[in-house]
Amino acid sequence: MGVEAMRLTIEGLSQGYEGKTIIHDIDMEANSGEVVTLLGPNGAGKSTLIKTICNVMRPKSGSVRIDGREVSDIDKKEYAKLIGYVPQTAVFFGSATVYDSVLIGRRPYVKWSYTRADIEAAADAMIRMKIDDLYDRPIHRLSGGQRQRVTLARALAQAPSFYVFDEPTSALDLRNQLDTLKVMRQVINDTGACMIIAMHDLNLAYRYSDKVLVLKDGTVYGFGDTEEIITPQMIKDVYGVDAEIVEGSKGKFIHSYDSDLDDM
Amino acid sequence: MTDERRLELVRIIKNDIDTDTFEGRYDASIRKKVLFLLAMAVVAFVTIVFSICFGSVDIPIEDVFRVFLHPILPGLVPEPSQPYYYDFIYTGRLPRVVLVILTGVSLGVAGMMMQALLRNPLVSPFTLGVSTAASFGAALAILFGDAVFGTAAMGTTIRVIGTNFTASDFLRVIMAFAVALLSIALVIVMSRKSTTSRSLLILSGVVISYLFQAGIMSTKYFSTDDQLREITLWIMGSMSNASWGANLIIAPVVILCLIYLFRQSMDLNALSAGDEVANSLGVDVDRLRKRGLIVCTLMSAVCLAFTGVIGFIGLMAPHLCRMIIGNDARYLMPASALMGVVVLSVSDLFCKLIIRPGELPTGIVLYVIGGLFFIWLVSNRKWGSRL
Repeated sequence: MGVEAMRLTIEGLSQGYEGKTIIHDIDMEANSGEVVTLLGPNGAGKSTLIKTICNVMRPKSGSVRIDGREVSDIDKKEYAKLIGYVPQTAVFFGSATVYDSVLIGRRPYVKWSYTRADIEAAADAMIRMKIDDLYDRPIHRLSGGQRQRVTLARALAQAPSFYVFDEPTSALDLRNQLDTLKVMRQVINDTGACMIIAMHDLNLAYRYSDKVLVLKDGTVYGFGDTEEIITPQMIKDVYGVDAEIVEGSKGKFIHSYDSDLDDM
Repeated sequence: MTDERRLELVRIIKNDIDTDTFEGRYDASIRKKVLFLLAMAVVAFVTIVFSICFGSVDIPIEDVFRVFLHPILPGLVPEPSQPYYYDFIYTGRLPRVVLVILTGVSLGVAGMMMQALLRNPLVSPFTLGVSTAASFGAALAILFGDAVFGTAAMGTTIRVIGTNFTASDFLRVIMAFAVALLSIALVIVMSRKSTTSRSLLILSGVVISYLFQAGIMSTKYFSTDDQLREITLWIMGSMSNASWGANLIIAPVVILCLIYLFRQSMDLNALSAGDEVANSLGVDVDRLRKRGLIVCTLMSAVCLAFTGVIGFIGLMAPHLCRMIIGNDARYLMPASALMGVVVLSVSDLFCKLIIRPGELPTGIVLYVIGGLFFIWLVSNRKWGSRL
């Protein structure tokens, strides 16, 4: 189930709503097989960047290209096979079952009815996300974590070349966060797809990403390999929080603290 | 292990019931949906036959079948017991039943569609103000028809597609439809913005309703007692004005709209996952929503113009079906259509029977029957929990 190797390039991208610029002059690059994490405080422009990549918004200036083709010129149906998007909050309407919801991810490949290949893809996605036991459960009976898994499984069923996730783990508990990222990392390794993911948890980002893009006030603070970018200095500059990277028995982790709090 | 589990799941979803593993162990979901559709079709057929049998005069059920089958199979099926049954059914009962079917289908489907397009369970085909607009149009025709065209002119008959309408009835239809189209135009103007929020659309519909409500109230205020009664009756809705002419005007519009809407089923399913996800699945959400709303409103407007306001069906028929067969538009849409027919024809049957040989307006019976049915369904433990 591998996908073709592709490259997404963003050059000089600016974006905003109604005259107000939210992000400007963004340059980045994401290749097949990579996990690229977007970091930055709330309001830094992560979601705007993600919506632009997903072609929900057209760039104000600059370009988003996949293998040299301008994203907004690619046919919508074809683009749906390239990019799988999972937004911050899962939306469901009506009383659909889990597999119905996952099968929706096959929309780009389907005209009217699902073929065996579609159903197999959905089954694989459910197994990957460990929701196969819930297959006929109505969505509204699921917990928040399970629902998020359904939306992720839907993206897996879509089998795109680029997964674009907007804080998919922010509503999940620790176990689910780790599980989800582990599964997604595995998917990227197995299929050779690329994942662009916005996150808040620096430790998770540190552990699972190949590259990191840090946004601050709508511009790029830094873009590059994870270890070069996630540094105590960056955390201080971007989040205004003191931190150190500590060598634990299971690897490095980020220990953040607020020096002002120590005085209290 | 994974492969086995995958095969198992594939079988489950595809309903390969002949496999040993899952025989009898799970809900055959697709089969269940198709079965439900077939059952609804049978129920709809039965209620339609009853609608033809019963009315101011009852026709024996075998004679109903004889009327239809004798001309086709004269050797097998005997003549109906009374020769005038032909005329009675073809010009009296049948056009009414056809109008019930067209109205039930279009309101059921339009309701299902609007709820899905706006992802809001409280939306009905009338949410964008089409029913108050049509009512206002009809009220204007009732109030000013005689004054503008003269009583004599309003009494003359107009022949449209083989059916005689009185001029006053025809004016009412034209005005109801024209003002309903105006409400659609207002919706289009409101949705001109590049991206329209769903709550803005719904709110605008409510506001448009109030505008036309003001119009209805003022026509009522300035009307004579007779006119007031007519306006009130129109708003309660009735199937008694059915005619072949009306059906021939309604049918092509409804059929074209249905074809268009049914083809959007898969996109509609994608839309249930949210606008942004649907977009990333290749659905042009804005276009789907705008066109869908316009088509739904048009389809309900053309029925409304002839029947008056028929509420409830568009709101409830989709919910009833959604509780039973879930959200897949490919099945939910035909199910809602059939449910619309069943609910409307049962109500219409009671309208004809309760104060026989007189007739009640559809609205009175429809809201009572529909309401009680809904309360029963919600209190039913199996289905009620699914809403």
